[in-house]
Amino acid sequence: MTGPALLSVENVAVDLPTPRGNLRAVDQVDLSIGAGQTLGIVGESGCGKTMLSRAILQLLPKKARLSGRVMFDGQDLVALGPEPLRKLRGRSLAVVFQDPMTSLNPVLTIGTQLIETLQEHLELDGATARKRSVELLAAVGIPAPEQRLLQYPHQLSGGMRQRVAIAIALSCEPKLLIADEPTTALDVTIQAQILDLLAREQRRRHMAMILITHDLGVVAGRTDEVAVMYAGRIVERAPTPVLFRQMRMPYTAALLAAIPKIDAVPHTPLPAIGGRPPDPTRPVQGCSFSPRCRYAAGECYRTKPALAGAESCDHQYACFHPLASATGFRA
Amino acid sequence: MTGDIQPSGSRDPLLKVENLVVEYVVGGNTIHAVSDVSLHIARGETLGLVGESGCGKSTLGRAVLQLRQAVSGRVLFDGHDLTAMQGDALRRMRRRVQLIFQDPIASLNPRRRIGEIVAEPLVIAGVKDAKRRRQLVGDVLSAVGLDPGLVVGRLPHEFSGGQCQRVCIARALVLNPEFIICDEPVSALDVSIRAQILNLLEEMKARYGLTLLFIAHDLAVVKAVSDRVAVMYLGRLCEVGPSAQLFARPAHPYTALLIEAIPVPDPEVRPAESVPVGEPPSPIAPPSGCRFRTRCPRADRQCADQAPELREVVPQQFVACHHPLIAAG
Repeated sequence: MTGPALLSVENVAVDLPTPRGNLRAVDQVDLSIGAGQTLGIVGESGCGKTMLSRAILQLLPKKARLSGRVMFDGQDLVALGPEPLRKLRGRSLAVVFQDPMTSLNPVLTIGTQLIETLQEHLELDGATARKRSVELLAAVGIPAPEQRLLQYPHQLSGGMRQRVAIAIALSCEPKLLIADEPTTALDVTIQAQILDLLAREQRRRHMAMILITHDLGVVAGRTDEVAVMYAGRIVERAPTPVLFRQMRMPYTAALLAAIPKIDAVPHTPLPAIGGRPPDPTRPVQGCSFSPRCRYAAGECYRTKPALAGAESCDHQYACFHPLASATGFRA
Repeated sequence: MTGDIQPSGSRDPLLKVENLVVEYVVGGNTIHAVSDVSLHIARGETLGLVGESGCGKSTLGRAVLQLRQAVSGRVLFDGHDLTAMQGDALRRMRRRVQLIFQDPIASLNPRRRIGEIVAEPLVIAGVKDAKRRRQLVGDVLSAVGLDPGLVVGRLPHEFSGGQCQRVCIARALVLNPEFIICDEPVSALDVSIRAQILNLLEEMKARYGLTLLFIAHDLAVVKAVSDRVAVMYLGRLCEVGPSAQLFARPAHPYTALLIEAIPVPDPEVRPAESVPVGEPPSPIAPPSGCRFRTRCPRADRQCADQAPELREVVPQQFVACHHPLIAAG
């Protein structure tokens, strides 16, 4: 990342008390993102990617304990009171969730929800807010926007609802948009349209974006930088082209290899990752991936590797036995 | 569309679906879920069925098992017309056909132990000897990679999604069926677990000599396991062909659109700006003629007037399109 950071997450950890003991959902995460940049956060379910985004947004469950600092646009969000936070969220810090129905109110029309947001945050009068709403719906590719203002969320398809959720998120010109699995609930042809829409609006508005996904395919063509999470920690991060040219952490490489490829010959066995992620209430001593890693040896079982870069600070990985090349040879 | 349009070569079809029509009535509206679909699956073959949500692929799978009543058409399993069967005869036939669902946790009874869940098909099938049942359950659990000694006494909530899907596969296999319908078996699973389950399905297919109907929305997943692929859109088949051939040279514009929409895990491949093709129309009032025409760049008058029939454009590849991407002959 170049230039001053818009958002920097410093040493953030999130702990959740559960009946089975303390669950460390996010473990000592550092990251930063500059204005207009796109950061992809990739990981499987339970890796902590959503909890991390909630920690940034200060939308953690009540019982969760957060430590560390979240600096956004010069303010520490952790120290901010509820009222300034509410003003900030929706205004300069916006979010789009996987299921648009979690953010849309089912008993209010699309128009009410959009106009309300604009009036609340931008203090526009009714007529101006209405005009802006129509423009926003048109910008996110919703046909016949005037009529849509009168409709309720259930009258729209999943793709259209996600467009509305994006319109609301974009309505106050946020500096940072967090998109948490924005296309996972959608069909492939709709997914491509929504990802294009996000990219287009991001460029136009010079907005920073965090794109959270389980799909390495989604981040490959659409982010500047990628952070891979496993068991609550960032295990590898690099500028996107650098990462895909040379994955150093065996987990990242295995994750990519496990995706069925469209140009592969049918009935080719997939290089699956054996086992499954560790139970987050029972932390693994040493590297969290070591029980599933074919290169694990000695130190991997005793010490947690730090996220560091050997050659450059651009490409960081938490591994004692990093891969030497994309083809999987060991260093 | 005639019933027997796809020559199955030397292999005899285990399943033949002929001109199947399934409709639902919801709030006075008729939903055309499956409209005049014909296909066949040869013994030992895996047919992949792809399409977006609401295209009728799951309904088709259920109609094969007679879990949905067809309005018209026939389903021939090993030469027997399932649509004409009832009661005991149908139940006996169903033992030879099993189903695996998308959500492995929801498809297991949370109050039953794994051993009971996997043994239940045997109880229903009348295997009275408890020792024999335990043995069969143990064998099939080991086959899917679970340790019978460790799992039979436990409850589904003690397992992850991937392990629950292994239990579902074991339950489907315990009666030694010939044919399994897999309805989105891996879409609820994480990438690393998905590969394990896909590999397991392939192993089980070889070990038990199965024939599979593999329903999914993910083209790459379907391609990984299928011999042939059928593409469905809004209740109709668009294209059917051998997987490698179909993905290398799609003939139907919809197949091409699906392939283009797949995100490629390679930053060198800049995603092509998606064509603003809109969204699928409602299956309550599907478009006249070709159902894809409202989103198709090649659509013209003929497409609105006349529904295209499946025809062979290149050997083994059938397309229902007036203007296919590859010319016939």
